[in-house]
Amino acid sequence: MSAATLYGLCAALLAALGLYGFVVQPHPLRKIVAFNVFGGGVFVVFGVAARRGAAAGFAADPVPHAMVITGIVVAFVSTALAVALLLRLHAETGRASLRLDEPGADERGDGA
Amino acid sequence: MSAGFVLDAVVAALLVAVATGAIAARTAFAAVVAFVAYGLVLALAWVRLAAVDVALTEAAVGALTGVLLLAAAARLRPSEAAAESELPSAGLRAAAALLCAVVAAGLAAVVLAAAEPAPTLAPLAAQQLPATDLGNPVTAALLAWRAIDTLLEKVVLLAGLLGVWSLAPDRLWGGRPGAALRARGAAPRDGALGLLARLLPPIGIVVGVYLVWTAADHPGGAFQGSTILAAMWVLARMAGFVDAPAVSDRRLRAALVAGPLAFFAVGLLGFAWADGFLAYPDGWAKPLIVAIEVPMTISVAATLALLLAGPPARGPESRG
Repeated sequence: MSAATLYGLCAALLAALGLYGFVVQPHPLRKIVAFNVFGGGVFVVFGVAARRGAAAGFAADPVPHAMVITGIVVAFVSTALAVALLLRLHAETGRASLRLDEPGADERGDGA
Repeated sequence: MSAGFVLDAVVAALLVAVATGAIAARTAFAAVVAFVAYGLVLALAWVRLAAVDVALTEAAVGALTGVLLLAAAARLRPSEAAAESELPSAGLRAAAALLCAVVAAGLAAVVLAAAEPAPTLAPLAAQQLPATDLGNPVTAALLAWRAIDTLLEKVVLLAGLLGVWSLAPDRLWGGRPGAALRARGAAPRDGALGLLARLLPPIGIVVGVYLVWTAADHPGGAFQGSTILAAMWVLARMAGFVDAPAVSDRRLRAALVAGPLAFFAVGLLGFAWADGFLAYPDGWAKPLIVAIEVPMTISVAATLALLLAGPPARGPESRG
């Protein structure tokens, strides 16, 4: 097995782990972390494609690298925006929950 | 089995371990700490995949993301216990695990059944590289062949910052982000943080500028350099040496848009002196790329630093 294949299989696992955390973890901050784990896995799959594209004296295809760099930047901006939204939600409601409560749920009190 | 492959196997195993930690940790704080480790190991993986430019980006951005998430985890700690009660039922978790196993199997199949020979743009890149006067093909891809991606990425950065700012309540609009400086009295100026904030920025600023300059021929880049510059500012701000500027500050606004404006200007001039939008005339590619990168570095550093600082939290009148 080549190193590229090894990292490809590892990336598949990382993406699955991240997706699982994104679906299952109830806390929004944990979802944001999980989504970034997922994104890292997807980027590495692309990086493996670039490594396999080594040719013409380059150790890897440089064009996917440029696109992954752009992707990492956009992922950071999205993360910053998501965290800001979450902190505002927490400041407004005192909770960090994505659950859609019926009106009046706060009066019933759910332990917050 | 070569030593290199053993190293790759160790890095891959570490990646899976820290990713599991980031997903399954007991507290959000522990998850974020594992995620920071994930970013560092991921940077190692990028080096092993012969993507040093990506590794630099991952390491630099990973640090900024870590600061952002750690601060949020500290603020949100009281809300964690309530969220735990919202954990989906065992059946739902099993269904999610099954879905993720299918995704992993699909991705693994794509990796194992990849086309042979692998599709690549490397020969085309090698052929076109001399026309740009650059030695680093990744920089050429970012600022010449795929410049439109990079331009739009900078616009996304600004749009993200506007999104963060727009979360400020009306009465605080135009004010300064974040809490007031704590370091008026006996705050961390004298502690380890104060020492680091004195020691690191001179080195960090040199490294950041070097990364921008060297990117023409070696791994590095305007984005990686600006990330380090932003990190230095964040460090100085955490130690209480500098305060965040008010978001209504005109000089700040000018710094934020200088890079994208220079990029757009050079792009539009391409209609006049070359083949079209973002085309460079022969022999002028390198000076024009430098002319874009310098203001871009300032803009990106300012945008990243303010993304970390968050929305305005103190009104424009308060001096505190």
